Formats: sequence, structure tokens, C-alpha cells
Amino acid sequence: MKLTVNGKTRNVKAHPMKRLLDVLREDCGLTGTKEGCGEGECGACTVLIDGVAVDACIVPVAHAEGCRVITIEGATATRTGKALQNAFVVHGGAQCGICTPGMILAATPLKTGASLAEIKVALAGNLCRCTGYPAIFRSVESALKTPRRKSSRARHL
Amino acid sequence: MPAIFEKMSLVRPRSLTAALSLLTSDPTLTPIAGCTDVYVGLHFGTMPHKRFIDLWRLKELHGISVDRDVLRIGATTTYAEIIASKLVQKRVPMLAAAAGEVGGAQIQNRGTLGGNVANASPAGDTLPVLAAAGARVVLRSHAGTRTVPFDAFYTGYRTSVRKPEELITAIEIPRIDGRQWWRKVGTRRAQAISKIMMAAVRGKDVRIAIGSVAPTVVLAKQAAAVLSRGGAIAEARAALLAEIAPIDDIRSTGAYRAAVAGNLLEEFWTVTK
Amino acid sequence: MARAVGSNVRRKDGDAKVTGAAKYIDDLTFPGMIYGATIRSTVPSARIIGRRVDLPPEFTVADHRDILGPNYVALIDPDQPCLAVDHVRHVAEPILLIGHAHKHALIDIHKRVTIDYQTSTPNYDVELSDLCFKKISIDKGDIDLGFRNADFVVGGEYRTAHQEQLYIETNGVIAVPGDGQMTVYGSLQCPYYVHKALVVLLKLPPDRVRVVQAETGGGFGGKEEYPSILACHAAILALKSGRPVKMIYDRVEDLLATTKRHPSIVRHRTGLTRDGRITAMDIEVLMDGGAYATLSAVVLSRGVIHAAGPYRCDHVRIRGRAMMTHTPPNCAFRGFGAPQTQFAVEAHIDRIAGQLRIDPVRMREINALRPGDSTATGQKLGNDTSALPVLRAAVKRSQFHKKRKQWAGSNRGIGLSLFLHGSGFTGGGEVRLASKAALELTARGARILVASTEIGQGTRTMHAQIVADALGVPYDSIDVNDADTAFVPDSGPTVASRTCMIVGKLLERCARGMRTRIGKLTPAQYFKKHGPFTVTEEYEPPPGLLWDDNSYAGDAYGSYAWGCNVVELEVDPVTFEVTPIKVTAVAEIGKAIHPMMAIGQIEGGTAQGLGYALTEEVVMKDGRMANATLTNYIIPTPQDAAPMDIGILESPYRHGPFGAKGVGEMPIDGPAPAVINALRNCGFDLRSIPATPERVMKAPRI
Repeated sequence: MKLTVNGKTRNVKAHPMKRLLDVLREDCGLTGTKEGCGEGECGACTVLIDGVAVDACIVPVAHAEGCRVITIEGATATRTGKALQNAFVVHGGAQCGICTPGMILAATPLKTGASLAEIKVALAGNLCRCTGYPAIFRSVESALKTPRRKSSRARHL
Repeated sequence: MPAIFEKMSLVRPRSLTAALSLLTSDPTLTPIAGCTDVYVGLHFGTMPHKRFIDLWRLKELHGISVDRDVLRIGATTTYAEIIASKLVQKRVPMLAAAAGEVGGAQIQNRGTLGGNVANASPAGDTLPVLAAAGARVVLRSHAGTRTVPFDAFYTGYRTSVRKPEELITAIEIPRIDGRQWWRKVGTRRAQAISKIMMAAVRGKDVRIAIGSVAPTVVLAKQAAAVLSRGGAIAEARAALLAEIAPIDDIRSTGAYRAAVAGNLLEEFWTVTK
Repeated sequence: MARAVGSNVRRKDGDAKVTGAAKYIDDLTFPGMIYGATIRSTVPSARIIGRRVDLPPEFTVADHRDILGPNYVALIDPDQPCLAVDHVRHVAEPILLIGHAHKHALIDIHKRVTIDYQTSTPNYDVELSDLCFKKISIDKGDIDLGFRNADFVVGGEYRTAHQEQLYIETNGVIAVPGDGQMTVYGSLQCPYYVHKALVVLLKLPPDRVRVVQAETGGGFGGKEEYPSILACHAAILALKSGRPVKMIYDRVEDLLATTKRHPSIVRHRTGLTRDGRITAMDIEVLMDGGAYATLSAVVLSRGVIHAAGPYRCDHVRIRGRAMMTHTPPNCAFRGFGAPQTQFAVEAHIDRIAGQLRIDPVRMREINALRPGDSTATGQKLGNDTSALPVLRAAVKRSQFHKKRKQWAGSNRGIGLSLFLHGSGFTGGGEVRLASKAALELTARGARILVASTEIGQGTRTMHAQIVADALGVPYDSIDVNDADTAFVPDSGPTVASRTCMIVGKLLERCARGMRTRIGKLTPAQYFKKHGPFTVTEEYEPPPGLLWDDNSYAGDAYGSYAWGCNVVELEVDPVTFEVTPIKVTAVAEIGKAIHPMMAIGQIEGGTAQGLGYALTEEVVMKDGRMANATLTNYIIPTPQDAAPMDIGILESPYRHGPFGAKGVGEMPIDGPAPAVINALRNCGFDLRSIPATPERVMKAPRI
């Protein structure tokens, strides 16, 4: 079947029900998408299919056929994706990094200036154990140029 | 550990007619659409089926429309589409609200209304809403179409009147008379299975439906009747308790569910005054 | 030159992580690699009376007989078998290993193996257990005199439960066999712990075993000791099959089989004068170690040393026991005993304050340790003792008293906790570890060679900052070697909040030594003229640090970090759900080497502490975790995230690099008692966690 991943169309031989996650990691050699739970609960395997965030661990590859799939390896190609990547480095959104690819892709569909409430909705399906989330929110707000909240900054006393 | 997909088969009909035809010749085929329940089952080894029929791309099962004051939601319409639909927001806002608390964005972008109804979990997020709304399930087979009232659809734990060769093609929701109210109490604020959930309508009639307190969604007719005739909330609470059978499980306790059920009833009645 | 220390330099590993280029263990493959699975006990206590394996020869099957050395996982006590021989003590105890070239062939492999058991009655009750892993007694002053001096005595019992580390990346390793040698790659915190376990089990010389850390997706203590077991398993299969073996746990197996935080029962009896001064503290600590000792002795140690909290008291008696139960062994999780005992003391202090009708802040003001005071182990504290500064800062920032008054009688509550956390290994532990760090001159600067691992907390970056400033070169010219035992010395484990304070200090000394040698030349100039050289430094205890293991008295830690949390929350009267509205966390940590990363540790630890307090519950049924999926073990999602206000104070520790103490663990010590105290403030009397809505509903009202 034909799969378009990160702008490149590939011919993939895989059982139609094989998990998209495994096709990406094994058949396409794109290991940036991670498995955290296999049950659609943690979002570490988030990819975009036609611009919309899904958990690749519970999507059969047949459903990605003929669609545009974006993984973390392709995030740099979009302006939002690139801004998010840099922001996660600069603002502490990435600590151990295992949830980071999924977080960035889940945030990619957000519009410039998205509010904190909108950011939380977009990321509600992505679990992080390292940051407690504030630094992730700050990273996304920075990338999307959301106006600064007064209470969002931690301070040296 | 993922399932052994090599031992499974997936047929992918191009039209609803073709799908129904395939189902008639082989009623053991298991329909899949958004896969958010099926693939979790396959992952944990709780899904015994091996032969599947793919409904995901069938246009005839998809979309939201209104016809003669009845809202019709195609079975493969996703939660995300329901949330975004101006028709749903206007006519059944409690359904848009319930869809908004299913999982997270990734689940909402794939999970379907038909799948939620077919999966028939006692904790299904849309089921109390559909019960309270007086919805109808449209079933179709090669032989024809029939419509079943939602409160007659389920016959027991994860069982319904749907015959193996039938597909849920749509959910119909007639105009709702009254204020709608809904609340889900989950294990956390997102990505949560409900501990208890209530959907209710307060109009000329009162309709109250509760999830996660019995093997199927419960339409609390006695409690609703008490409130309809102006009875006291305490009496309604007592009636409600007799209609539900909440259990202890890994998420919560029967005592908690029973107490909160009464509190939700009272909150509904107060908020919709 | 711009100083690196104290500024938010760009993380060394940030770009690799955000582009998907960073390679975690499951991203790696080796030629000829096969996959491994583990057959585990399904009963909590039994003799194994039969085993039947019905598999064709394309499967590799290994059991205890395939172990060349002694059959135990080398850590402290040699009590934990690598593979069970004739009995099992817990559900999920490893018995057999199966390997196959295809991952799919191992799905449901346990269905093709039969283990026959003769079961015996398991015990899950710490108080009924007859196997004590460790007993510790701490005595200060004269406890009976302390109680004679008291006007009141207040008692209380407090309980904490299991907590799962829930790193988003599960445990995994790849063992690659060679000619008379073994290399193991893995998701791990302590390469030399794994190294030691492999050397013992495989009976190989140390220089024929190599352990390499892959990028690791979170540890929190859950990958301190467990990877040694997994590495041994993969190595056994690798030896038997002659192939590289990859073993990655799926989430269910990781939840069922790997270690958790020790549940605890802590009992307090406290004597006080009528104006609220503590005269006597009598504390009993019981920890549930699970089936095997692992690190229970050390968890108990830290637990009892922190059991008296940040308070001064002349007469203290602490009795601690770590007991065996027929559950999967418990081990390290951030805080390591201190979250349990500080939950108890801080909940107890608030109850005392309530009974004596003393304001909870005043209660702490009266009794908090000050510079020059001595702790429960008799350690005289220095000028960097910051209990009062953090208390006052948190109380002020949160407007504690104003809100308490405003919210009286409402569904909102505000509560506080005051806590401390000793940095580094306890007592003589750092001396015994004898950690080493090395720094190699390179053509562009220097390369750090330490066994300290990056597990998200920022090790690479923070070490590079210290070295850059101590050497006087740009941060970008410092490279950090992978944590690979073939190249790095044993810097000790990445635990105990020691990676900055202890290992960072070693690196600072290396860098200063390097600068002395290269004089006024730049590294590039010196390298060009003379080539590379390496400076190695070994741990030296600070002068005057005295600890007696027999009497458990003296200087328990080189330094303490100090913290105060204020939690504001709301209880929903309809559902009893508890929503944290805001958490104020003030931490005194000596020096924030990288302020943003330090805040990251505080925010992350605080979130884990809130989960510990409210939603994270390991439901045990017949010795087995019944909710072993991410759907049912509840950690906060972004929608549950509590707004946090973080403040950092710095009171430099003389012997820390640039004054730094430890920060990684302390933040998790405070939230749970602050939550319980906030719930007490709005009328709920709870003495155990997690304070789930079901328990809040049933709690006695005050």
C-alpha cells in the first residue's frame, strides 16, 4: 500500500491491520514515534493524519493509506512544528523527551495565539511524568505567541 | 504486546450495500470503524474475534443532518465532528459536551458514535445522553432497515437487539423538549473512564439516564416520575437508589456511586430550575 | 566571559529529543537480534513442583540452571533469585526466559508453558510478617524525660500506600554477547549497578562486561535497581542463544512486575508544652518491602532519619522496621522513604496545632530547626539551614492567613507542609561509594566522563555548566560522554539527589585541576602542543563529617535542602473530588545551577506528590496489581495540572559545586501532607493517602 509520510510517498508491505505505530517504526524506520502504553492512553505515539492528531498505536495502517501522515521527523517542515521544537528546548518542555514527540504533534494543529484552555484541550490526551506540565504549557504558549499570563512564571526570590 | 495481526483478516467494502452483503454471507465478521475500543481489546487480548469488516470510509454511514426536526448522526461520525457541529451544539448540547470529555483529542478524532453504541460498555460516554434524549438506533441489513428506540436497544451486559448481519447506520435524535443537563464523574479530568455519569432532560417530562451503575445504561423512570409530579428530592433520591445497582470495582465503590448518583440528581434538579 | 552556572543555557540533549533523533532502547537494533519474554509466577507464595515447556527448537528456553554464577541479583542482600528455583514469594516472580527471532512468536507465550505450584498461605500484612529486612533505632536525649516535660501528649497513626514511578518509557535492555564478554544497552539510571550484577551472575571479569545507557525516558528511581534484573535475564538468553537479545516490557508487565514505593505505617507520640513547643518525639516506622530485600534497608534508613521532620527536639526515639510481604518487591522512588515519614510528621503537626489551638504557621515557627540546632541524629546544622526562610516566603507568597480566614467554613481549604531532604548518600555511604569523575582535554575543550545518567533532569547540561565555568571556557566547548562503563569511571548511582552536589563537585575539582595544568593556554592550544590528558578525582568527605552506623547518630548528610508547600484546594460537595487550585512551592537548594531545570524538578516533583496524595492508587488483589494499565493507574493529565507558583532560595553549601545542594527528590516530600492539611482545614479528617473522592466522602468531619 501507498503511505505518504512526512511528504514522501512510500510503498509499504504490511498487513492492513498492523498498527500504524509499528509500520512507522519498523517498516519506515522512523523511530521518533514512541510506544508508552499501547492502549491509546498516553499519547506518546501521537502522529498527524491529514492534520489531525491520532494515537498511532490504535490505528490500523489501512486507515492511513492515501492520507498525509506527519511524524516528529516531519515536524520541522511546518512553521508551527519548528517553533514548538525550539520552544520545548528553550522553555523546559522537554526533560526526558519520551513524551515530547507526541506532545509537539498534539500541539501542532493549534492556531497562533491559542489560549491556555485551548492548549490544555489539545494536549489532554498526552501524559508527561517529568514536567508536571507547566513548562510544557509555557513552551507551547511561547511557540504560538500566546500573550503572557501573569502567573505563569516561576521566580528566583 | 500487540496482537498477531497476521492471523487476522480485514475486508474493506467500498459501499454500504457491499458491506451489508458481506455481513449477510458471513455474520461473524466484526465491524470496525475508529478502532479506539477494538484495538485496545486486541492489545490486551480481550478481543476474541479474528475477522473484521472495515466501515471507516463508508460515506453512507457518515455525517450529521436534520430531517423533519430529527437530528441524524451517521454511525461513523467522530466525537470531534460531533463537538464541532453547530447542529449538535444547538439541538443536543449535552451530546457535544459528553463527546468533549471522551479521552483526549486523539480519541475524539477517531472514536465514533456508532462504535460507542455498538461497544455497549456500561460506562459508554454517550449512552446516558442518548437514553435521556430519547434517541433511536437505525439498524440496517441486506434485508432492510428498522429503527429501535434507544431504551429498548440493550438487553443485558454488552448485548443488544442488533442481529449479527445488521449494522448501526445512524442515531436519530428527535427534538428535545426541555433543558438538558449532563455530568460525568471520571477518575480524572481527561482520559477517564466514568465512575458515574448522568444525563437528564427537564421539560414537560423529566428523563434521567445514568451510566456505570448497572450492566447497561439505566433510564431512571421512577426517579423521573417523582420529580415530574413535583415530589420531594429526597423521595426522588430514594427512588433512584432502587433503580441502580452500583458495584465496587478497581475504579470506585458501590457506596460512592450510590451517594454521588443522588447528589447528581439533586444538582440536576437545582441547576435546571 | 558569560557564566554558564546560574543561566538557562541550551540543553545539550534538547534538539535530539524534539526532533525524534534521540535513540531510546527500543529504537536500537543489532544484527541477528532476537526477542525475549519472561514467564512469571501467577501465585504469591508457593513451591514450584513442576515445569513443562512445549516449544519447538526455534525457541530458546532458559532457566536457573543456565546461570553460570550464583543465582541472585547482586545489590545488597543476596536474597533475590535472578530466576526462581523451587519456590516463589510473589506474583510475577520470574521463573523462565523464552527467546525467539520474531516478536510475535512470543505473544501469549505463557500459554505454552505450564508451571505446577503447591501453594501456601501468603501474608500481606506488615504487622504479621515474620521476616524483617532491617531494623533501625535512633535515640536522642532521654525520651521519658521528654514526656515528663510535656503538658500534653498527642498520638496519631498515618498510612501511605504503593506508588508507581510511571516513567512514560517502560523498562528495556538489549544484551549483546561476544567472545567471553557481554555488553548490555539499556534504559537505566545506574550503569555500574547493572555492571556489578552481571559480573556476579555471569562470572565474568569486570573488564569483559560493558554496560551502556541508552537515552532514558524517565526513571524516578524505578530504573535504579530493576534494570539489573532485566539485564541479567537478557544476558542469560543471549548466552544461551548466542544472539543479541532485546527485552522491552510492555506497560502491563512493567506495572505488574517492577518495583514500587514502599507502603508505610507511621505512628507518632509527641509531647508538647502548652505553648506548643515539642519536648518529645516517639516515632514508629513500618515499611512494606515486598518479597525481597532489594534496597529496603536504605529506604528505611532515609525514612527514619527524616521521620522527625524539620523540627528541633531534645528527646527523640525512632524505631523503624522494613518487613517482608508476599508482594512484588518495592524499591526506589524519588524521595526514597522521606515522602512517607514526612507525610506522617507534617499531618501530625497540623493535628497537634489544631488540638492546641495554635496557628499551623506559628507551630512551625516555634519548632523549626535553626542554624546551630541539632537534628534527631544529633547533627549540628550550619548556616545554610533554611526552614524558617522557606516557611515565611511560602506563607507570604500564598497569602496563607488571608485565604484561611476568607475560606473558613467553605468548600475551599489551604494547608501547608515544611520539609527537608538530605542530599547524597546517608552517613558513610558516599565514602563507601568512593565515586570518581574524569575530565578529558579535547581539541575543542573538554569531555566529561562520569557514570551519572541523564534521565530528564538535565545531568549532561548541568555538569557541562559546572565544568565550563570551573575551567573558564564556553559551555559549548564541553562534551559529555555517554554513560558507558567502557569509558567512564564509577561515579556512583544517579539517585539520592547526589548528581549535582557530589558528582558535580568532583567535576568542578577535575576542571580546576585541568586549568592548573594548562595554565593560561586555551584547551585547543594546549591540545595542539601536548595532546590530550585526563584528570580524575575521587570523592573526599567534607572535613568534620562524622557518622556512626552502630548508634545511627551523627552527621547523616553533608547538607539539606529545605522546602515549604502551601496547597489551596476545593472539595466538590456533589462528587467529593478534590481539585488543587494552586500550589506554592518554595525550595532552598544552595544554588540553582540551571534555574529553569531546577524549576523543572520542583514542578515535576510537586505534580508527582499531588498524584501520590490524590489519585495514584495501586489496587492490590491477592498480591497482584489489579489496575495494571495506564487507563486505570491514574496520574494527572494536562487538564488536571495544578497551577504552581515556584520560588527558589539560595543558601550556598560550602562543599557543593558553586554552593549547590540537591534538588531532585525534595519536591515530592511536601505536597501530600500539604494536601491532607488543606483537607483538614476544610473539615475532613484524613490520615492516609491517596485521598480519593471515595475516601474523602467517608472521612470523619471536623
